[in-house]
Amino acid sequence: MDVKTAFFYLFSLVLVYAALRVVTARNPVHAVLHLMLAFSQAAAIWLLLEAEFLAITLVLVYLGAVMVLFLFVVMMLDIKIDQLRQSFWRHFPLAAMLGAVVVLEMAAVLLAGFRVSEAPLVAQQIGVEVEVSNTQSLGLLLYTQYVYPIQVAAVILLVAMVAAIALTLRQRKDSKAIDPGLQVRVKASERLQVVQVAATQVAERPASQENPT
Amino acid sequence: MTLTLGHYLTLGAMLFAIAVMGIFLNRKNLIVLLMAIELMLLAVNLNFVAFSYFLGDMHGQVFVFFILTVAAAESAIGLAILVILFRNRSNINVDQLDTLKG
Repeated sequence: MDVKTAFFYLFSLVLVYAALRVVTARNPVHAVLHLMLAFSQAAAIWLLLEAEFLAITLVLVYLGAVMVLFLFVVMMLDIKIDQLRQSFWRHFPLAAMLGAVVVLEMAAVLLAGFRVSEAPLVAQQIGVEVEVSNTQSLGLLLYTQYVYPIQVAAVILLVAMVAAIALTLRQRKDSKAIDPGLQVRVKASERLQVVQVAATQVAERPASQENPT
Repeated sequence: MTLTLGHYLTLGAMLFAIAVMGIFLNRKNLIVLLMAIELMLLAVNLNFVAFSYFLGDMHGQVFVFFILTVAAAESAIGLAILVILFRNRSNINVDQLDTLKG
């Protein structure tokens, strides 16, 4: 057993333990923290698979941004745990059976059918020099062959950002601030109203003084 | 004993099965359901990276890149929906989300 295999088993054990704790943890904050542990172990396994760029991306994007978002949401919501955990163990036999079946089936197929152990050299197959880094070859693909998909991905991220802000933005009801846009847009006709008033008429004289005869 | 593709695929399968178990166990807690979905996506990404390494094909890693993008967008919008759900109903119990009777 070489070093790489030993590290693979170490990372896998921690990963599986963390994943189990994610789904069984009583406190949602603990679940999020174990999910962070699971993602960091997955990043280490991706390093074993020589996918360095994606491993660093997983750490930066997932551990740095998405998991912190989860943590903030979990901490902000006042969750009543007892109510949510009422029927937790009632579903356990069904869930355990289902999980065991999935694992056994897939392991039976995968361990027998995928005995590939030698990794072919990526660089030789696509015909560039051997001394090209993972980041460089990924970037070459992303910015040549996948130019339009990456722009669609950027649009998806923009839409997600706008949607998340638009969904959660809430105006305070007791705020006295006035929308500057409304102030700028205002027209003179909305501020100044010109009312047509009839000119004052000359008062009529009394009837007794009209014909002084 | 060297590592084969089957090792990585089995690890991915175990992760996926744990995530499915988590969805069954935490049927009431919406936020743990979201976390189980993240675990499923991680298992799928692990498979992609393993195939990419053992078949010597970089396109698998490009696909993982796009999956990460979409998963980040999904969790951002999902958590935003969760926040306004909690704001409106002051709990996140899935069993009580039956306003839309179908």
